[in-house]
Order: sequence, then structure tokens, then C-alpha cells
Amino acid sequence: MQLSAFEQRSEFEWVAPPRGRMRVPVVIYASRDLMQAMDAKVLEQAANVAALPGIVQAAYVMPDAHWGYGFPIGGVAAFDPDEGVVSAGGVGFDISCGVRTLHTGLRREDIGGVQARLADTLFARIPAGVGSTGALRLSAAEMDAMLAGGARWAVERGYGGEADLTRIEEHGCMRGADPKAVSEQARRRQRDEMGTLGSGNHYLEVQHVAEIHDDAVAAAYGIAAGDVVVSIHCGSRGLGHQIGTEFLKEMAIAAREHGIELPDRELACAPPGSPLGRRYLGAMRAAINCALANRQILTHLTREAFREVLPQARLPLLYDVSHNTCKEETHEVDGRRRRLFVHRKGATRAFGPGHPELPAEFRAAGQPVLIGGSMGTGSYILAGLASGMERAFGSACHGAGRAMSRHEATRRWQGRAVVDELAARGILVRSPSLRGVAEEAPLAYKDVTAVVDAADAAGLARKVARLEPLVCVKG
Amino acid sequence: MIPRREHFRHEADIGVRGLGPSREAAFEQAALALTAALTDPAGVAPLSRVDIACSAPDDALLFCDWLNALIYEMATRHMLFARFEVAIADGRLAAAAWGEPVDVRRHHPAVEIKGATYTELDVRPLPHGGWLAQCVVDV
Repeated sequence: MQLSAFEQRSEFEWVAPPRGRMRVPVVIYASRDLMQAMDAKVLEQAANVAALPGIVQAAYVMPDAHWGYGFPIGGVAAFDPDEGVVSAGGVGFDISCGVRTLHTGLRREDIGGVQARLADTLFARIPAGVGSTGALRLSAAEMDAMLAGGARWAVERGYGGEADLTRIEEHGCMRGADPKAVSEQARRRQRDEMGTLGSGNHYLEVQHVAEIHDDAVAAAYGIAAGDVVVSIHCGSRGLGHQIGTEFLKEMAIAAREHGIELPDRELACAPPGSPLGRRYLGAMRAAINCALANRQILTHLTREAFREVLPQARLPLLYDVSHNTCKEETHEVDGRRRRLFVHRKGATRAFGPGHPELPAEFRAAGQPVLIGGSMGTGSYILAGLASGMERAFGSACHGAGRAMSRHEATRRWQGRAVVDELAARGILVRSPSLRGVAEEAPLAYKDVTAVVDAADAAGLARKVARLEPLVCVKG
Repeated sequence: MIPRREHFRHEADIGVRGLGPSREAAFEQAALALTAALTDPAGVAPLSRVDIACSAPDDALLFCDWLNALIYEMATRHMLFARFEVAIADGRLAAAAWGEPVDVRRHHPAVEIKGATYTELDVRPLPHGGWLAQCVVDV
């Protein structure tokens, strides 16, 4: 990306002033290297977001941003409840796709002798990949209860315990979900997908804590170097995809009736108070609950797999974050506290210390921010900062971000070679699709460390720990 | 124009493009490109027929609806499709798709497709004859 369009406010903050139809500036948080590597389409898409009605302060872009659809992936935008919009395109198809990390109570040396057995057991128990199905079939009434209750519904059905719920955004249950706003098609698409991982960049990893960057916060989160943790990355499955599909079309067609001139059809949106906006919010929140319930069921399956291989393991939840959401939150803008509809697309909520939404034990340290990397390079745990609340409505990056297309990745690498190379480095990959593994090859992603360093230096979130994979189940 | 399918570059997702002598042929070729995003269409047997109908106020939205209808059928029937016949009249599409159930060992499906987006969405006649239909699909 050409940097001449930007004013540099600091080493890691780049501002593109409003021009044309933009109502607010675009602000990108990234290093010079990441900026130069970023596709020019990121600025084009963020500038379109900046032109939407009722946008507040700026259209923000995270350090891992890449060319998305409508919003850039790694985009954050907040809208006024009266003048602004809620956007199906701003949330995307994989509603509430996110990451949760579990402690295990194990040390790296505990895994050594059983690593392959653990990998095989997890792969056998976790439904992963195209066409995979879960064991659970929900009646219409149970589907409604799941859509209203989220992870709380799952816990009430025996998948995990009460203690899990305090470690999930929204305490495991998104308020304001409206199951009636979820179509029959979306329900049908979810019929056999409860408790499935999905495919693409979704994964379950057994990881070890390779490095601690902040001792005090790591202690607050209960992690130390050498600990073994499990991270699960997936979302709302077919139900969320179908809701995204349906509302995108409805909002694109209705935009003109709402007096909205869309700079890009993919930014389809509606006023939050309109019947369509309210219906979308109800359905989107139900999809968030579906994602939370799905990750809770996968947690249960993971605990069962560990019980079989390492019965001494205990897997309490460290935290669960969601990436693709629109949430009504209170933020300070120009010295005034305002309710806003905050869209995060490929961005993680990263609330700073003292935020009332955080569980009491994390209130001093700030929210755990779980950043997934690639199979080979590892992942990070960060902590939300007070400065991040001011800089991007309490948001941070969400992953490494792709460096090349899937097509290019399969041209460069073969799945079998990737699996063998990682095995030689002590990372066991289990996947039903070797082509899927090639598409997700480690070098197809940006350097996650560079992304996380930029988020840290920009004051979005503080680096706490680096995780390295031991086992990776890919869909 | 000889009908053909292509993938075009998108950083995180996949662009699917169909080209053909008619709008209908371009839609059919783009559907093949959709299958090719998961697996080699040559390895999918056209054993079972599924009928699809959709409507939209313009060609571009109709194209997305067509791909989304296929994505829905693939997800709910656990099928892959390899042959398509599309008819379009007055903003209405009626089509048949032939395929078979996903066989993970044989098809090695790479990735689920979540939905067809309006990014790089384009349906138009080409200056020297034939039609193009394309968009980015989210995977």
C-alpha cells in the first residue's frame, strides 16, 4: 500500500483524512512494514466504511488487516444508535467466529509420551472438515432455547459447568437474541452442525506456553512458561452463514428505502431502530449464542478426549473471545459517554482494566485477548489496555492475517510435505484434507509476531504470552 | 465463446468467475468454479439431481442468490455438484444441479464455503461477445 495517502500520527498510527464521501478519517494501527505489505484494497474498503451514516470518530483498521468483503478483515467501526446503522456486511458470514483457550493443568513434559495418541483421540472425537456432522440433533424447541441461551444453554444440558460462563464474553449468553428472527433455512443448515469445528482457518490446537512477556498479567491469567493449554477457533457454523447471507441481500435491497446510499453493496446496512435493523440484531445475537454454544460443546468433547488419554488433566476455561460481531457498548467519545453499535470484523474485543464486563479476577489485568497464529508460528495471549479503549473502542487484532491467497498457497506447497515438515518440528497435524492443510500452510500467513508487536506498540493490547502448537486438528 | 471457469485472486477468500456464450452459461461455469474451490469437479459424479429456483431484482443479486442456493444445498445435503443447467427469465432463475454425496476420502474437500459476497460482484455481457459472472466467496 502507498503510504502517501496517510498522515503519520505516531510510529504505529496512520491517518487517512476524510475525502470524497468519507465522514470520518480512516485510522490504521500498524508498523511501516505491515503498512507497506497491506493490500491497497484495505484503505479503499475502510474509506467506504468511513462514508456510512452515523459512523463515530473513525473507521479503524487493525495491524493484521487484509482485503475482505465490504469491511476489511481487521476493521472496527462504531455507529450512533439514532443516526447510524447496523451492517450485516460489517459483521460478515461467520458471526461470532472466535477463539477460546483452556488450561489443562499439565506441563509440556506430561504430553511427550502421549502426543500422537492425544492427537488421534482429539481428531476422532472432534468433528472437523467439510461435510462433518455432530452427534446432537435439536428439536425446534431446543433450537430456540440454544439460540436464546448460548453457552448457558449448553452448560444446562451438561456440556461444561457454571465456572465456564464467567470466562466468556457476555457471560456466555448474548442478551437480546430473537430466535423468531432466525429463518427455517438457517435452522436447517445448523441441524447437524452443533459441536462441529468447520474447515478453512478453523482449528483445535494443543499448545505450550513458550514465553511469558508480562509476569504479573500472566499470573493473573493463571499461565506460566511450560504450561499446556488448548485453543479452539470456530464460529456459528451454517446458521451464522445463512443469517449473514439472508440479511445481506435484504439490507442491500432496502438501503434506498432507508435513505442510505451504499458506497459498496457489501456494506448492506439498516438503521438499528428500523424493523429490519431490529430483526437483524435479534438474529445476529442468536447466531452469537449459537457460536458460544458450539464452542462450549467442543470444549466438552475436548475434555472427554483428554480424560481418555491424560486422566489427570483438568480443563477450566481461561477465556473465550468473539471476532465477527456487532455489540451495543458504552464508550467515551469527546468526553461524553455514548451508547454505540460497535462492529468488529476480524477484530477482537479488548477491554482494558477496570471494565465492568470483565470477571472480577481479570478486572485489574484487563481482558484476555486470544490471538490465533498459523500452525507453525504459534499464537499469543494479550491483555486489553486502557489506551485501547480510547484508540479503537477497546479492540485489537485477531490473528496473523493471510499473506497470500489459498490458490497461491496450494501452488507453492503440498499438504503432505507441510504435515511432515511440522511433524519433524514436533507439531502433529491431523486433518481430513491435505489440500486444506496446504491452503493453511504456515507461510501463507503474515508473521503473527510482527502483528502482535504492532498491536502492543500501538497501545491496543499488551503482549502477555506466546504459545507454540504441539497438536493441530484442522478442519 | 468457449465456456470456461476461473478463480481470481482475493487475499483471504476465493474469487469465482464463469465465462460463456450466454448469461446462463456464465452462471453454470461460475457454479463449476464454486465446486472447484473445494475439489476437482472432474472427480464428482453427476448422480443425483437437485432443482433450484431463485429470484432477485437484478442480474448481480440473482447471481449471488444462485451461488448461495448451491452453497445451501451443498451444506444441508452434504453434496458436491459437477453439472448444471440454468434458465433465466424475468429476474427468475430455474436450474438443475447434478452431483453426489461428499466422500471425504475420494474428494478431499479443502474448505467449506460460507456464502457468496457482493465483493467484486459483476454480471455483464463482454464487448466481443459472451457473458461474465463473478464474485468473491467467503470460505
